[in-house]
Amino acid sequence: MTLIYPRESNAAHAPRLSPAYKSTVLRSPTKPLVIIPHTLSELTGPVYGHETVRDNDSDLTIQHKGEPLGERIIVHGHVRDEGGRGVPNTLLEVWQANACGRYIHVVDQHPAPLDPNFTGAGRAQTDAEGYYRFITIKPGAYPWGNHPNAWRPAHIHFSVFGYSFVSRIVTQMYFPGDPLFAYDPIFNSVTDEKARMRMVSSFDLENTKPDWALCYRFDIVLRGRNATPLDND
Amino acid sequence: MSNITPSQTVGPYFKYGLTPGNDYAWNDAFGNDLVTADVSGERIRIVGQVFDGDGRVIPDSMLEIWQADAQGRFADPQDTRAMPNAAFKGFGRCGADAKGGFEFRTIKPGPVPGPGGKPQAPHILLAVFARGMTQQAITRIYFGDEAANAADPILALVPAERRATLVAQREPGDVVTYRFDIHLQGDRETVFFDV
Repeated sequence: MTLIYPRESNAAHAPRLSPAYKSTVLRSPTKPLVIIPHTLSELTGPVYGHETVRDNDSDLTIQHKGEPLGERIIVHGHVRDEGGRGVPNTLLEVWQANACGRYIHVVDQHPAPLDPNFTGAGRAQTDAEGYYRFITIKPGAYPWGNHPNAWRPAHIHFSVFGYSFVSRIVTQMYFPGDPLFAYDPIFNSVTDEKARMRMVSSFDLENTKPDWALCYRFDIVLRGRNATPLDND
Repeated sequence: MSNITPSQTVGPYFKYGLTPGNDYAWNDAFGNDLVTADVSGERIRIVGQVFDGDGRVIPDSMLEIWQADAQGRFADPQDTRAMPNAAFKGFGRCGADAKGGFEFRTIKPGPVPGPGGKPQAPHILLAVFARGMTQQAITRIYFGDEAANAADPILALVPAERRATLVAQREPGDVVTYRFDIHLQGDRETVFFDV
């Protein structure tokens, strides 16, 4: 089985040149991309099994001796294709700032404390229905140098594979109602409002665990629909 | 418009999550050495640097590659010719170093079927991620000493004067090494594909 990947789906993505996000100016191709047919190279992708995800990789709050500070949250959802089918056994990688908005990365030196009990990296694999679940800490907003008084809204970075090299995306999950949305050129680099709001998780009271953690739902839709046989089937 | 989730930049801080190496309390899921004990084929190195529109190196970039084995088979059940138990995965990831440099150790892929069943010249798919890139840019690495390039159906779609940007060239030395520099902009801008 393979999927068809309509090229029009890419219209949901941000333009590669988004001048308000200044680093795109020198890092976006200026010549037209060359349109090519999807061959076996584009239609296949890496397959990784459970050996890639260790026990507890999906719980970012138990990777150190003590518990990290901050608001414990559950982040869960489904990875689906454009036809609405769950994408099973696919790898998700996440990374994020701590509750104070500080990344453990050496380049982040803004004056907020690191948390010795929080790295901020995790992995999970979807189950047979495309469902995944992480336990983590709600990340803080943090300042960056794009423009005066620039702050990124709180977000979790997601890296997702899917069925093929062309379905792969790296994206960011945001939290509902963040007052920084209107001022963030990365969030707003996605110009279509409906597409932009698909990056915002929803508060999930039903799956919030009493006396323990709030829950947010973040469903991810990858390119690809209309399963058809390949030439070599 | 489709209902897919939009891409966002990997930003400047992906290293500890995606390519931690020995620098953070996390482990690498993927590396830049694709060679497995069982794999047949010519061992090669691919090296290069990533440059921005001012010709400056991009140290906070990340490269991912995807390729067939020496027989032109992908390690994915969607390729029904795949060897289900082969250890060779064909996928690699490398974070750039302080000089924007990267290196992959792999095997030279075989020809893969292309449009209409005609073979494609050996090639490796490459995706570039970086701060300042709202989504990855996808290109292909071809090999400079490969006669099949002349008949490759994908290279034929690329304007002739830009094809050289897709062709890795052999470097002198005992280890078989190809250089593939990536220019996101400028006179030597690498050809990227709309897939």
